[in-house]
Amino acid sequence: MTEKLSHTPGAAPSRGPRRLIFETGAPESRCVMPPALDVPDVDLGAALGGAVRVEPPVIPHVTEVEIARHYAHLASMNFGVDSGSYPLGSCTMKYNPRVNEDLARLEGFAGLHPYQPEATVQGALELMVGLADALAEVSGLPAVTLQPAAGAHGELTALMCFRAYHRDRGDVRKRVIIPDTAHGTNPATVAMCGYEVTTVPSDERGGVDLDALNSVLGTDVAAVMLTNPNTLGLFDENILEITAAAHGAGALAYCDGANLNAIMGISRPGDMGFDALHVNLHKTFSTPHGGGGPGAGPVCVVSRLAPYLPGPIPHRRTDGSYGLALPERSIGRVRSFYGNFGVLVKAYAYVRALGGEGLREVSEQAVLSANYLKERLRDTYELAYDRTCMHEFVLSGSRQKREHGVRTLDIAKRLLDHGFHPPTVYFPLIVEEALMIEPTETESLEELDRFADAMIAIAEEAKRDPELVKGAPYTTPVRRLDEAGAARNPDLRYRTEG
Amino acid sequence: MRHIPVTCEQREAMLRAIDRADIVDLFADVPEKVRLGRPLDLPGALGEMDLVSHVRGLADTNEPASGVVSFAGAGCYDHYVPSIVDHVLRKPEFFTAYTPYQPEVSQGTLQGIYEYQSMMCALTGMDVANASMYDGATAFAEAAMMACRVTRRRRVVCAGTVHPEWRNTLATYADAGTFDVTFAGPHAGGVIDFDGEEGVRRALEGGDVAALLLSSPNVVGNLEDLGSASTLAHEADALLVVATNPLLLGVLEAPGEAGADIVVGEGQPLGNMMSFGGPAFGFFACREAHMRHIPGRLVGRTVDVDGNDAFVLTLSTREQHIRREKATSNICSNQALCALGAAVYLCAVGREGLASTARACIAKAHYLRERLLSTGRFSAPWDTPFAHEFALAYDGEIAGMHASMLERGFLAGVPLTSIEPATPIVPDESLAESLVVFAVTEKRTRVEMDAFAEEVASL
Repeated sequence: MTEKLSHTPGAAPSRGPRRLIFETGAPESRCVMPPALDVPDVDLGAALGGAVRVEPPVIPHVTEVEIARHYAHLASMNFGVDSGSYPLGSCTMKYNPRVNEDLARLEGFAGLHPYQPEATVQGALELMVGLADALAEVSGLPAVTLQPAAGAHGELTALMCFRAYHRDRGDVRKRVIIPDTAHGTNPATVAMCGYEVTTVPSDERGGVDLDALNSVLGTDVAAVMLTNPNTLGLFDENILEITAAAHGAGALAYCDGANLNAIMGISRPGDMGFDALHVNLHKTFSTPHGGGGPGAGPVCVVSRLAPYLPGPIPHRRTDGSYGLALPERSIGRVRSFYGNFGVLVKAYAYVRALGGEGLREVSEQAVLSANYLKERLRDTYELAYDRTCMHEFVLSGSRQKREHGVRTLDIAKRLLDHGFHPPTVYFPLIVEEALMIEPTETESLEELDRFADAMIAIAEEAKRDPELVKGAPYTTPVRRLDEAGAARNPDLRYRTEG
Repeated sequence: MRHIPVTCEQREAMLRAIDRADIVDLFADVPEKVRLGRPLDLPGALGEMDLVSHVRGLADTNEPASGVVSFAGAGCYDHYVPSIVDHVLRKPEFFTAYTPYQPEVSQGTLQGIYEYQSMMCALTGMDVANASMYDGATAFAEAAMMACRVTRRRRVVCAGTVHPEWRNTLATYADAGTFDVTFAGPHAGGVIDFDGEEGVRRALEGGDVAALLLSSPNVVGNLEDLGSASTLAHEADALLVVATNPLLLGVLEAPGEAGADIVVGEGQPLGNMMSFGGPAFGFFACREAHMRHIPGRLVGRTVDVDGNDAFVLTLSTREQHIRREKATSNICSNQALCALGAAVYLCAVGREGLASTARACIAKAHYLRERLLSTGRFSAPWDTPFAHEFALAYDGEIAGMHASMLERGFLAGVPLTSIEPATPIVPDESLAESLVVFAVTEKRTRVEMDAFAEEVASL
C-alpha cells in the first residue's frame, strides 16, 4: 500500500533520531571566540550595578563543523522554491534571483549604520527613492513609504493613515468593509485600528456583490478593503463602481497588494480608484520569503493621503542630493529606522533587471500559466468559478471528498510524495475544500505539466485507492503530525531538566 | 526572458491549449477604463553585469560605518558576525522557503525556530518566546497591546528613557485607537524617574494601567532599576514589560529573574548585519501563564504518526488566518531568517563566547569613557551603571566635531539630538543638546580608542 513515488526533493534520508543543537557538542567545544581583551577587565558587579547574571544561559557549546552539519541536515528537511514547484496561492513563490542576494550584502549597504550622516548614505537614499518611484509608477499611486516590514504591517500603516485623514476632517467613522474572500490579515488589521469589521458577500461571479456593498455602506464606514484580483484569482469587473460607491459614502478604498503579480503594466490600483495599496516585495518583487520573513510591505497612496505617511521618507532635493523628511501630518513611525532596507535593495535590483516591459511580461506569463493549469485540471477537479482567471485560480476537492472520502488536506499531503509543495488549502473560506493554485511565471511548461499530471494522478489514486491518499505523505522526512497534541501540551522550548 | 523559462513557441502552444488567440484576451475582465494602455515608465532592463555595476555604483557612493572606526549604536550595533552565519542563511532550502505551513517538508525551518525560541527563553529568563517580530520597536508596541489583553485594561505607562523611535512607534500604535499611553517624564540622572511629578509612580495611579514599559539598558546606555520597576508595576496590578539587548544578556541579569512579565528587544546585535537598520528582528518572550495571548508564530515539538520527533506551528488559534478580527495580532510574515541567523550566531559564539563578547564590549566601553573624560573635552552628565553604551556631554559644537572625526576615519557616536525627538530624554534641554551617545563593541581595539581620544582632544 505504501507505494513510493519519485523521491521528494525536500526529503532527506533518515539520519536516525533527531537531535537538537543543544544535544550536540561538549562543554569545552568552541567555535568563534572574541580576541583577548586589550583593555583592563571590569568588575562586572560594580559596572552593572549588581545586575549580573548568576547562571549562564543555556546556549549550545559546539564547534563549527557541528554547526555546519546540523544546519545542513535541517536544510535537507526543508522544501524551498529551489527544491521544486511551490504553487501556494496568493503567496507568489517565484524564483529568487541570486545576484540580488549578493547585492544586498555589499558592504556599502550591509555595513551602513542608520544614524550615519546623510552625506555618507546618498547611494542608499537614491536606491530607496528609485524603488519608491518604480512602485508609484506600477501602482498609479504617487506617494510611497518603504517603512512597513511586511504586508500586514503595510495594511496597518494604511489604515492608520485613513484614520488620521478622517480625524482631520472631524469625521468619526467606525467600520471597515471587507469581502468574505479577504485574507485573515485584513480583519485582524481592522481590529488593531479600533474599527469593526463588516463582511460583504461575493456574488455568483466571485466578485463583490454590489447591492450588498451598497446596503452596508454608510457615513460610519472608514474604508472598503479589497484584494483585486481577489483571492479567487478573479479580476473584479465592477471595480470602478465599487471604489466610486466607497468614495460616495466618504470612505476610502484600500487594495491589498498580495495579488499584484497579475497586473503589473496592465492595470494600476490607482487607476481603479484605490486610495492606498500595500506591495509585498517578497511576493511580486522576488525577494525571498526566508521561511517566514523578512519581507517588506511598502504602502503607496494618493496625494491627499501623502501627508499622513509614516516617516522619515527619503526624497530627492532640487540640488540632486538625497535627504530624509517627515510628512507634515505624519502618523509617526511604524517601526524603527527606515524599513527592511536589505529587502529593498533586492526588490530594486529586480525592478532594474526587468524594466517596465519585463514586469508586464511577468504578469502576462503568470496569468497565462495559471489559465493553462486551470484548463488542464478543470475536468478532474471542480472549478469554483468558471471564468478566465488571473495569476491564480481556485479548485474544489469536493468531488473527491463526496465520492471517495478523500479531503483536500489528503490531496495536499499526497502532492508532497509527488515532489511538489501543495497549493494554499482551505482558503478562500467561501470555497468548500479549496485548493488555491498560483504557479507564478518562473515555472517552465514542463514543470506546469508535471504538476498537472501529479494532480490528475492523485485524483485517480483517490478513486482507486483512497486509503493511499489519506495516509500520505510517505516519502517526506516526517509524516503527518500530531498537531492537536502539540497544541494541547505545548512544548515550546528545550529544557535541560526532566 | 529573464526568469521566465517558458519559450515563445511554448507560449503559443499554451494559448492554443486554452483556446485563446492572444494573451490580451486573458485580461478581458479588466475594464477598458482601467487598462494602462501604455508601457510602464521605468528604466530599461539591465543585464546582470550592468545591473551589478549600477547597484555597486550606488553602494560605493556610501561610506559604511563598518569601514571606519565606529562608535555608533543607539539601537543598531557593529558587532562581528562569524562567517558560518551567512553560510547557513544562504542555503536555498532555508531562504527560498515559505512560512512552514506544511510541516512534513519544513522540518528544517521549524526545528531551527524551535531552537531559536529555546535560546531566547534561556537568555531572557522567560518560558515562551515567539518566532520573531518585525523589529524591537514593533515588539515593544505589541507587548503593550498584549498586556492590555491580559489585564483587560487599556492604558500603558512608558518610561521616558526608552529610545525615542520606539516611543514614537508605540504612540503610533496607540493612536490607532485601541489603547492609551502615558509617557512618564525623564529624570536628570539619565534613568527612569520613579517619584517625580511626572514620574512612573504617579503615572501608574488610577487602577487602569495594563503595563509599565521600560528599556534597560535605556537609550543613553544606562541600566534601569528593574527591582523598583517590578514592585511598582505589580503593586498596580500591571505587567512589567522590559526591553533589553540580547547580546548583553550573556552577563547581564535576565529580566525574567528581575520580575519582567514580557521581555522584548531588537535582535540585530545577534549576528545580523546593520544594513541601514533592517532587516533584523524583534524578539518577544513571556510567561507560560500568558502564552495564549502572545502575538506571532510559535513552533512546538510533537510526534508524527510513526512516533518520530517532529516540529509544527502551534497554538495557531491565536493567529489572524484562523481568528481573523479576534486574533492576538495581524502579524503574518515575521523575520524568521534573521532569527535563524541569531540562533546560528549564538551557537557560533557559544555560551562562553557570548559572555566574553558581552564582557569585552562592557570593558571597552568603560575604558573609552575614561579616556574621553581624561581629554577634558567631555564631561559625565551622571554617574549611573551602564553596559556597553554611554552618553557624555561635549564642550564644543557637536556637528563640527562629528564631521572632523569622520574625516579622520572615526564615527564619533550618535549625537542625541540626531535621534529624532519625541518627548525629551533628559529634562535639561541644553544638556540634551550637548550629549553624544557612544557604543563600543568587541570589534574596537585599544589602539583605535586611544587614537580616537587623542584626535578628538586635538580638535
